[in-house]
Amino acid sequence: MSLGPHAAFIVAAYSAAIVILVTLIGWIALDYRAQYRILADLDKRGVKRRSRNK
Amino acid sequence: MMPLIDLANPTRFLSLAARALPWLAVATLAAFVIGIAMAFNAPDDYQQGATVKIMFLHVPAAWLAMACWVMMSVAALGTLVWRHPLADVAAKAAAPIGAALTLLCLVTGSLWGRPMWGTYWVWDARLTSVLVLFLLYLGVIALYWTAEDPNRGARGAAILILVGAINLPIIKFSVDWWNTLHQPASVIRLGGTAIDPTLLYPLLVMALAFFLLFFTLHLAATRNEILRRRVRSMRIMQAQRA
Repeated sequence: MSLGPHAAFIVAAYSAAIVILVTLIGWIALDYRAQYRILADLDKRGVKRRSRNK
Repeated sequence: MMPLIDLANPTRFLSLAARALPWLAVATLAAFVIGIAMAFNAPDDYQQGATVKIMFLHVPAAWLAMACWVMMSVAALGTLVWRHPLADVAAKAAAPIGAALTLLCLVTGSLWGRPMWGTYWVWDARLTSVLVLFLLYLGVIALYWTAEDPNRGARGAAILILVGAINLPIIKFSVDWWNTLHQPASVIRLGGTAIDPTLLYPLLVMALAFFLLFFTLHLAATRNEILRRRVRSMRIMQAQRA
């Protein structure tokens, strides 16, 4: 498959898409792990949510 | 079957998100694999040659960038009118995803413009109004993340979102109202699509893939935001006890 004389622009566009989307997915995944870890730590130290204290 | 209103309960929402996310991730990946395979097997455009392949990224990113703001506008109404806490969570979770898709639209558009128009950027109405959309996304993110009082931040962001919605028809009709370098609408327009089916079908599959990606990431980001608010309330309780 030939991408013609403007192949560099096509490759750059798809590379940019990979970088932007992987960064976004990675940030959301890392954020989840961080929040989950903080919640587990608070839970271990005996801090409970109001609704779970009842 | 779970009633729709149950989704407004954060605990039920978290349980549903945990069950739905793996399936949505697989569906998104499958749609992207099929879409990219179709895009790279599609014929070249008679005028634009192989650069038409950039369209399969640029157009879905542009559609989702605008659709995300529409969704945030509905959520902003939920925050201001009904004061529903999950409405604010949904808008805050969507803003970075919308910003990333708008950035992708701008970058791919610029890389498509250079070989076709001879320039990466021109201050015409379509390009400028999409840049304004990107700046509005950054403004909303800044309001959410810098407000000391989250409720005040949410109200400020909701107002900015509703005011910013004025930009959506400007983006859509900019190519009709003004003389722009950007081409007029060729898919969603009165009189039917102007694109050949050999290019239209891969475009629609890629649009489905982007829509699924948005839905998956928004669900995951909403879950994160609910957890972040739980952390905040638990830290406040911990501080009150100390």
